[in-house]
Amino acid sequence: MATDTTYQGSLPLGRQLHHIAMKLGLRPRTAVILVPYLWLMLFFVAPFLIVLKISFAQTIIAQPPYTPMFGPGSVPHEDLLLNYNRLFDDLLYINAYWSSLQLAFTSTVICLLIGYPMAYGIARCAPTTRALLLLAIILPFWTSFLIRVYAWMGILGKEGVLNNTLQALGIIDAPLNILYTPVAMYIGIVYTYLPFMILPLYANLEKMDLSLLEAAQDLGCRPWKAFCVITIPLSFPGIIAGSLLVFIPAVGEYVIPELLGGPNALMIGRVVYNEFAQNRDWPMSAAVAVAILLLLVIPIMLFQYFQNKAQEAPK
Amino acid sequence: MSSRLSWFILLILVLGFAFLYGPMLVLITYSFNANKLMTLWGGFSVRWYPELLTDSQVLNAAKNSFVVASVSATFATVLGTMAGYVLARYRKFRGRLPFSGMVTAPLVMPEVITGLSLLLLFKQLDTWFGWPRSMGFTTVILAHITFCMAYVTVVMQSRFSTFDISLEEAAQDLGARPLKTFLVITLPIVAPAVISGWLLAFTISLDDLVITLFTNGPGSGTLPQLIFSKVRRGVDPTINALATIIIAVVSTGVITSHILMTRAERRRQRDIQLALQSNK
Amino acid sequence: MAAERAKAEASGQPWNDPDAVPYIRIENVTKKFGDFVAVNDVSLDIYRGELFALLGGSGCGKTTLLRMLAGFEQPTSGRIYIDGVDMADIPPYERPTNMMFQSYALFPHMSVEQNIAFGLKQDKVPAAEIKERVGNILDMVQMRQFAHRKPHQLSGGQRQRVALARSLVKEPKLLLLDEPLGALDKKLREATQFEIMNIQDRLGITFIVVTHDQEEAMTLASRIGVMNHGQIAQVGTPKEIYEYPNTKFVADFIGSVNLFEGQIVEDEPGHVVIACEETGRPIYIDHGISTAPGAYCWVAIRPEKMELLKTDPGSKSNCSPGIVKGVAYMGNLSIYLIRLDSGKEVKVTMSNQRRAAEHAIDWDDRVFVTWHANSPVALLS
Repeated sequence: MATDTTYQGSLPLGRQLHHIAMKLGLRPRTAVILVPYLWLMLFFVAPFLIVLKISFAQTIIAQPPYTPMFGPGSVPHEDLLLNYNRLFDDLLYINAYWSSLQLAFTSTVICLLIGYPMAYGIARCAPTTRALLLLAIILPFWTSFLIRVYAWMGILGKEGVLNNTLQALGIIDAPLNILYTPVAMYIGIVYTYLPFMILPLYANLEKMDLSLLEAAQDLGCRPWKAFCVITIPLSFPGIIAGSLLVFIPAVGEYVIPELLGGPNALMIGRVVYNEFAQNRDWPMSAAVAVAILLLLVIPIMLFQYFQNKAQEAPK
Repeated sequence: MSSRLSWFILLILVLGFAFLYGPMLVLITYSFNANKLMTLWGGFSVRWYPELLTDSQVLNAAKNSFVVASVSATFATVLGTMAGYVLARYRKFRGRLPFSGMVTAPLVMPEVITGLSLLLLFKQLDTWFGWPRSMGFTTVILAHITFCMAYVTVVMQSRFSTFDISLEEAAQDLGARPLKTFLVITLPIVAPAVISGWLLAFTISLDDLVITLFTNGPGSGTLPQLIFSKVRRGVDPTINALATIIIAVVSTGVITSHILMTRAERRRQRDIQLALQSNK
Repeated sequence: MAAERAKAEASGQPWNDPDAVPYIRIENVTKKFGDFVAVNDVSLDIYRGELFALLGGSGCGKTTLLRMLAGFEQPTSGRIYIDGVDMADIPPYERPTNMMFQSYALFPHMSVEQNIAFGLKQDKVPAAEIKERVGNILDMVQMRQFAHRKPHQLSGGQRQRVALARSLVKEPKLLLLDEPLGALDKKLREATQFEIMNIQDRLGITFIVVTHDQEEAMTLASRIGVMNHGQIAQVGTPKEIYEYPNTKFVADFIGSVNLFEGQIVEDEPGHVVIACEETGRPIYIDHGISTAPGAYCWVAIRPEKMELLKTDPGSKSNCSPGIVKGVAYMGNLSIYLIRLDSGKEVKVTMSNQRRAAEHAIDWDDRVFVTWHANSPVALLS
C-alpha cells in the first residue's frame, strides 16, 4: 500500500518526514546512533585532541595564553616536546606522579582488604538484611562527596574530635598530627571510595552459586580452603572492577589532597589544577594531563574490557 | 547461611559501617554545637541553621546547583538512554567499539582531566567561532551532561539488555509503527530505569566540584564551589548545618523510596501467588 | 470454478485438489544469518482455514520461518505470498498476520483489556466497536472477569488465553503461534489444545503453529510440516506422517521406532521382500515401493505394531527370536526391550488388556517378535 506513489500526498506529516529521511539514507537506527555518537565526539574526544595539541605549545601572555600550532609565532618543531622534557627534568612532576600512584595503589589495596569481607558478609546475609545493608552502603554515595571529605577535617585536626577524645581519655598526651599528612589522605580516599569497591564485589559475590562451595566441602575441602580456591577466583571480575573504580579516579584526585593533604601534598591532579589556575601555564597543565592519561590508558582499557564482559554476560 | 557468618566477618561489618557513618554522625552532632569551633562542645544550639538559611550566597549557590543539575540530568538522560539503547540493541555497527569506549570512559576518567579538556575545548571554540564568550551556565551544563550521560548509559544499557524484545515485536505485529512502539511500549516499561538514571545523573551533577571548577564562571557558582571555598579556610559550623540538611534530605529520600519499592515488590509477589492459586 | 474450490475445501483436503489456490505460498525461501543457513530453500503451500503445524527440534529453522511470515525477518531469497499479495516490502505492522508469542509478550503495564484493545487502537477502530469486540473475545476465552487485571496477576494459563485473544481480535488472515502451549503444564496443555482447535473451527482463520512437541502437532494440526536443518523433511496429515514417514529422520523424530538395515530382494507391485541380518528371517511388506532389487534400505516398524509370542509361530518372514532384556510397566501398557539373536535391540509395546499375569512375559524369557505385513515401512533415505 505504502509503495503507491499517488497515495503519498495524503500521508500524515510524520510519514512524509519518514519518507524524506529514508530517501536521504537516514534510517531511524542511524539517527539514534548518530546523536550520542556526535555528542561524545564533540565533548569527549575533541577536547582530548585539543589538550594534546596545547601540550606541545608554549605559554605566552596573550588570549589564549599559548602559542598557536601553525603559522607565525608557532613553536619551532624542535621545541615541541619542551613541556614533556620538563616533566622528566623537574623532580616536582616525577615526585607528584610517584606519590599519586603510591597513594592510589595503597588506598586501593586497603579498600579491597576492608571491602571484600564487607561485601562477602552482606552477600551472605538473609535477603531482607542484605537489602538494608546494601542501602547503607549506597546512601553515603548519594550524599555530598565534598562534605564527606570535609567531615574528616573536623575529626583529624590538631584540635579535632579524634585528638580531643583521645586526650580526654588519657590515651595520648600531645595531639596527634594527622590532618595535612599522607595518613589523612589515605583515610579520605579509603573513606570516599570504599562504596565503589564494595558494590561491584557485592554484585559478583551475590550471584555466586553457593552449591559450588558445598560441593567443594563435600569433596573434602575445608571451608577456608574452599574460600581461597573457589570464592576468590570466581569473584575475580568483581575484584578487578572494584579496584579499577577506586584506583583510576584516585590517581587524579584533586579535592582530597587539597583539603586533607596540606600544602605540601603535591599530587598530580593538584599539579594539573595549579599549573592551570595559579600559574596560568596551560600548555604545561595539558602536558601533565596527557602524561596522566598515558599512565591510565591500560587500567582504563582493562576496566572497559571487564565492563563490556559484565554487560554482555547475562544474555 | 547467615548463621555461619564468622565473627571475623561480623566484626569487619560492624567496624566498616562505623567507619562509613561515624564521620557523618560527628558532622550532625557538631551542627548543633553552640561553639564556633569543632574543638569544644559549647552546649546544644540550632543557631547555625538560621544563619545558613539566611545566607543569600548559600541560597543563590543552591539555586544555581539545582538549575544546573536538573537541566544536565534531563539532557543526560535523553542522550544516555539513546546510547544505552544503541549498545544493548545494535550488536554490530561500524564504530561500535570506540563508541562503547567513549561512553564508559568518563566513569573512571580523573575529573581534573575531563575538566581541563572541556575548558580547553570551550576556549578553542571561542577562538574559532566566538562562542562561548565566557564560562557560565551553558558551559557547566554541557560539561555535566557529558559525564552524567555515562552513568545513565550504564543504567539503561543493562535495562535494555534484559528487555524482552518480543514485547516490541508484539506491538508491531498488532500494527504499531516503530516510533509508536517505542513511545507506548518500550518507554513506559523502562520508565523506572529512566527515572533512576535521571536521579543518578542529578545527584552526580549536584555533587560535582572539580569539573565545575574548570568550566564555570562567575555568577553561576554552585553549592559545591561555595562549600569548597569555605572549607578550604578551615572548619565552618554553617557547613556542618548544611551537611546535616543534605544528609537528612538524602536519607529520607533513599529510605522512603526503598520502603515504597519493597512494598510494591511485596504486593506484586502476593498478586503472583494469588494468580497461581486461582488457576487451579 | 468457485464451486469446485468450495467442494475441495469442504472435503477438508484442499491440498489434494489440483485446482485449489493456496492461501499462503512460501516460494523457495532461504534465510541466512551470516554463514549459518537457518532456512534452506523451503517451499510450502498452505490453504485457507488450515491449522498447519511446523514441527522440528530446536534450531531446525521453524521459528525463523514463522518470523519471516510475521515480517520480523526478511528472507535472504525467495518470496512469501499471503492471499496473493507479495509480502516482501511489507513491514510487520502492515501485514495481515498476527502472532501469539512463545513468551506471550503481554504488555506488563497494560491491563488485560488494554492489551487486547491495543491492536484495534492501532487501526483507529472507533471506541465503541473496540469495546464490543474486546468484550466478545474476552467472553470467548472466558476471561471477562479478569479484564482489569495486569498480566502479572494472571496464571500461566490465563496469560496464554489473553495472548491468544489479543492475536485473534484483529481477525487476521493468518494467525501465527510460536510454541503456544510450551509454558503450560501437561493437564492445562491438553485442555488448551482443544480450546485452540475449537476457536480455529469457529473463526475459520488460517493458523500456523510452530512446535517441537510432536503430540501437540498431532492433536492440533490438519497438516504437519516436519523440519530438519532448515529444510522441510515431509509434509502430510498427522496420520500420513506417522504411518508413512518418508525418511529415517521423520520416522525417528515422530514417535518411537525400530529401524533395521536391509537389502531389497524382491520388489513387485504387490509386495517387497527385504533381507535383513538384524532380524534373521526376511521382512515381507505387503505393498511395493518400486525400486531396483539389490538396493539397500531401512525398515521402520513402530513398537506398538509388534507383538511378542512365547512360542515360534513358524513363519518364514516377519518374525525374529530374541531374549527379553528389560520390562517397563507403564500402567496402560508395558514396554519390552528385546535383544534379538543378531544382537540388535528392539522396543516392543503391548497394551495390558488383562490384569492376570498367567501369560506374562518376564526378564530373560525367550520370545519371538512378530509383526503384520502392512506394519513395516521401507525407507530409502
